Amino acid sequence: MRLMDTNLLSVILFTPLVGAILLLFVPGRLANAHRWIANLFGFAGFLVSLPLIGRFGAGAPGFQLREDYDWIPSIGAKYSLGVDGLSFVLVLLTTALGAIAILSSWSAIQTRVKEYYILLLLLQSGMLGVFMSLDFFLFYVFWEVMLVPMYFLIGVWGSDRRLYAAIKFFLYTLVGSVLMLLAILRIYFGYMSEHAGAYTFNIQALLESTKSFDPSLQQWLFWGLFFAFAIKVPMFPFHTWLPDAHTEAPTAGSVILAGVLLKMGTYGFLRFSVPMLPEATKHYAWLMMVVSVIAIIYGALVCMMQKDMKRLIAYSSVSHMGFCTLGIFALTPMGLQGSILQQLNHGISTGALFLIVGVIYERRHTRLISEFGGLSTPMPNYATIYLIITLSSLGMPLLNGFIGEFLILRGTFEVTGIGSHPANGKYFAAWAVAGIVLGAAYLLWLYQRVMFGKVTNPANEKLPDLNVREFACLVPLVLAALWIGIYPAPVLRYLEEPANAIVQRVNPEYFSARAARVPVEVAAPAQPPSGASEHSDLPPAAPTR
Amino acid sequence: MVQDLLSRLGMQLPKEFALILPQVQLGIFALGILLTDFLLDRKSRWWNAVLALAGVGFSGKALWNLRNLEDVSAYHSSIVVDPFAVFFGFLFLISAALVILLSVRYLEIEDEHHGEFYALLLLATIGMMFLATGSDLITLFLGLETMALSFYVLTGFLRHRKASNEGALKYVLLGAFSSGILAYGFSLMYGIGGSTNLARIAQAYAERSPGDPLVLISLVTVSAGVFFKIAAVPFHMWAPDVYEGAPTSITASISVASKAASFALLLRIFCTAFWPIRPNWEMVVAGVAVASMTIGNFGAITQSNLKRLLAYSSIGHVGYMLLGLVAGTPDGFKGIAFYLLVYVFMNTGAFAIVILLRREGVIGEDIEDLNGLISRRPVAAILLLIFMLSLAGIPPTAGFIGKYFIFLSLIETGHYVLAVFAALYIAPALYYYFRVVVHAWMREPGGAARPTISVAQGVALAACTLFILVAGLLPDRFINFAGTTLQSQFLQMILR
Repeated sequence: MRLMDTNLLSVILFTPLVGAILLLFVPGRLANAHRWIANLFGFAGFLVSLPLIGRFGAGAPGFQLREDYDWIPSIGAKYSLGVDGLSFVLVLLTTALGAIAILSSWSAIQTRVKEYYILLLLLQSGMLGVFMSLDFFLFYVFWEVMLVPMYFLIGVWGSDRRLYAAIKFFLYTLVGSVLMLLAILRIYFGYMSEHAGAYTFNIQALLESTKSFDPSLQQWLFWGLFFAFAIKVPMFPFHTWLPDAHTEAPTAGSVILAGVLLKMGTYGFLRFSVPMLPEATKHYAWLMMVVSVIAIIYGALVCMMQKDMKRLIAYSSVSHMGFCTLGIFALTPMGLQGSILQQLNHGISTGALFLIVGVIYERRHTRLISEFGGLSTPMPNYATIYLIITLSSLGMPLLNGFIGEFLILRGTFEVTGIGSHPANGKYFAAWAVAGIVLGAAYLLWLYQRVMFGKVTNPANEKLPDLNVREFACLVPLVLAALWIGIYPAPVLRYLEEPANAIVQRVNPEYFSARAARVPVEVAAPAQPPSGASEHSDLPPAAPTR
Repeated sequence: MVQDLLSRLGMQLPKEFALILPQVQLGIFALGILLTDFLLDRKSRWWNAVLALAGVGFSGKALWNLRNLEDVSAYHSSIVVDPFAVFFGFLFLISAALVILLSVRYLEIEDEHHGEFYALLLLATIGMMFLATGSDLITLFLGLETMALSFYVLTGFLRHRKASNEGALKYVLLGAFSSGILAYGFSLMYGIGGSTNLARIAQAYAERSPGDPLVLISLVTVSAGVFFKIAAVPFHMWAPDVYEGAPTSITASISVASKAASFALLLRIFCTAFWPIRPNWEMVVAGVAVASMTIGNFGAITQSNLKRLLAYSSIGHVGYMLLGLVAGTPDGFKGIAFYLLVYVFMNTGAFAIVILLRREGVIGEDIEDLNGLISRRPVAAILLLIFMLSLAGIPPTAGFIGKYFIFLSLIETGHYVLAVFAALYIAPALYYYFRVVVHAWMREPGGAARPTISVAQGVALAACTLFILVAGLLPDRFINFAGTTLQSQFLQMILR
């Protein structure tokens, strides 16, 4: 227990890993033992992350719960962990979804159970490491490490075209990450030449150093990092690996892929690209916003044409993650808060959607929309939960998706120009709204085709409704969706500080311009306005309106 | 201090003798094996391996005693014992030990279990150690030929197999040709320097104008000879055939130890005599490196024979290591040293898995022979995955740290284009390494039997795996070990 006090983050990070190592020593023929132990560690991983809520102080600047140990002194890499508001929500999302994903695999996985759970737990540790690392080298190691278990999860337990999808996923991500490695090394070397040979991979130290890099170098580095993160998000036109990987992966793999893995891309932008390279970010923000809007509309349009349910949801991720990147590159506090919240929402809604497809896939072993119809008759509970999640995903007010999308659009709307570019946020917001409308169209159409009407296919007449385990997977996600939709303030409280810090760093003109317009705030122009939660559920409307 | 240390060794022989004691001990054991081989019947031939291992052990102890020496020249400056030589000496001994452990079962199955095998292996190691310690053209050439001649014979050791004979013949013919070219280059170097001593030659090169045709011809001929030995493009043609034909444990040795030794030779010559004319060769070496990575990584994709696949992959690895020389910074040289150190373990490990597949009546070199290894012998499949990840350079394996230093040195010197090339070639590399993994992990086993692991093979595999994981997760100690090479005088001179 003392370890929990001093090294809480390490405990969270290594709980799944301990489970994986333990499973290694359990004989493979005891499949049920593996299931129990894996679920135990999955749930324990979630439980040990709960003390974070009490220990983490929302609104305090910088990183908390720091841990620093020497790792490779000769190159300056350290084992250093810490969380801020951004990583805090993502860590909780990861532990929660991880536990759910493990639970959801109980009956779906019947072959090579032992390896499956070991890989799933390893993946869990890798992803947590990505969100906690405060050392660029450590971050890179975790970033690469989690590729291997994901590759096997898709490649061994996936459906028909699994080998193709798995290697495609691996190669795409790898190409991005090796370029990122070069960018990291250039940043590391830049720090070294600025500080007379002192070397470190510490993110905060590098953050101070990169600010003074000249703009052309910043732009090169921006592209170096960009590919790694853009492929992961995935941004248009780097999204082509995603439909294959999501469709072929087993249900739990899809949940983790959509729920957590994609967030590693946006997390990378928020943690590294944007704050480290402010000049380059401002230079390219308009381009990133254009690409985001393309992703929103294009992803939605492609969804309309899909015959495979999983493929449809995969493309909907392209569209939804477009909102997240749009919010990031609007570079306004509200856009950033909305983006982080939307990442959380996407993890909940899309994770749940993949679980929902998994439920009927397990019963019918097909994902083709045309195979279904009228499922609400044999499966009423299923229909209810599916409806709530559909509405949450399409951005219905009082559900989580609405809050995130609203904040992003509101943040984008405010943009009157970034850096030297006269990017007008109103147009971006307008096009993004079109994406929401299309989103409602394809999600509701999917729901209608699968759930409503008469049962056309005799195979569907006797489908059993949700069992207890499936309820246990889905209900927490539904509750979370409702909670964030009705009362998001407790979550937004954590996001304000990181969002403001990024804007302060990259786009300080935003605050000064607002201060100039509102004389009342001139008194403290450097201080970003804070305290959305004190006033209302929704973040504060700008005083001018 | 040096005198002090040597006298503590308590040698009755001339003091200089202690400096070549590692080689001498290998020689004694090599000859001893040839004698005792007569006394052993067919069943107890494994005693030869024990004897060879003992020789490696004694030699290692002698080398350990030399580890703190700083640049002692001996025998009229024909050898120099510096940290560089000691580091490479350890590489050769480790590789020799692993190869001996892997050979016993393999040779029994091939029914070619003779003492000469181990004797020749030790003789080859002697040659390599002289390559690393030589500071004189004659020593270097003799060391190179001792190594090469032993390997020619070892490649053809499976007398009844056509591929083995073919590989040996190709190796001899092309090897002799390249040695001739190298000797020609050495003669030109002697002509320019008026001495066979590398330091003296370096002075003479520094005084000449870099455009001097004689200088250029000597550069071209020596490079051609050395590039042949490390199997860099365009002198790589022999590698796939020789690798395929040679007994698998010898393939491991050729791809690892012989390559490391040739790299020691290359670094000695390029960082002394050729350093003053660096602008002349920098882009050439960069071109050779990129060509090696290209041919190696794309050539491997279509291979279905595991040994040929690993041959092409080793050509690709040579490209990475040469990039460290192009950068020419401390991190670059440290990177080459660390890369070679890791390469010993990961490549030997990969060949060890191929050796496991060899059984009575099954050649076990085809990629299909790996099918379903995960259900037939899970440990072997997991180790294979670790070796492949390390070869591809995915953390947290040691292979990543090796590539890290190469990339860092390229970034430091502003070779961004080369760095991007080198980084992107990881993708095709990963593709073919994972083709191997797919066969082992995701294909149905068919009717193939469970591969067995002998104790010796188990020890070698455990050593390889342990090193790759430890040096990947806690690499500090090994980085410092590789960094000791930088204290050698000839590298200090150019890095200052």
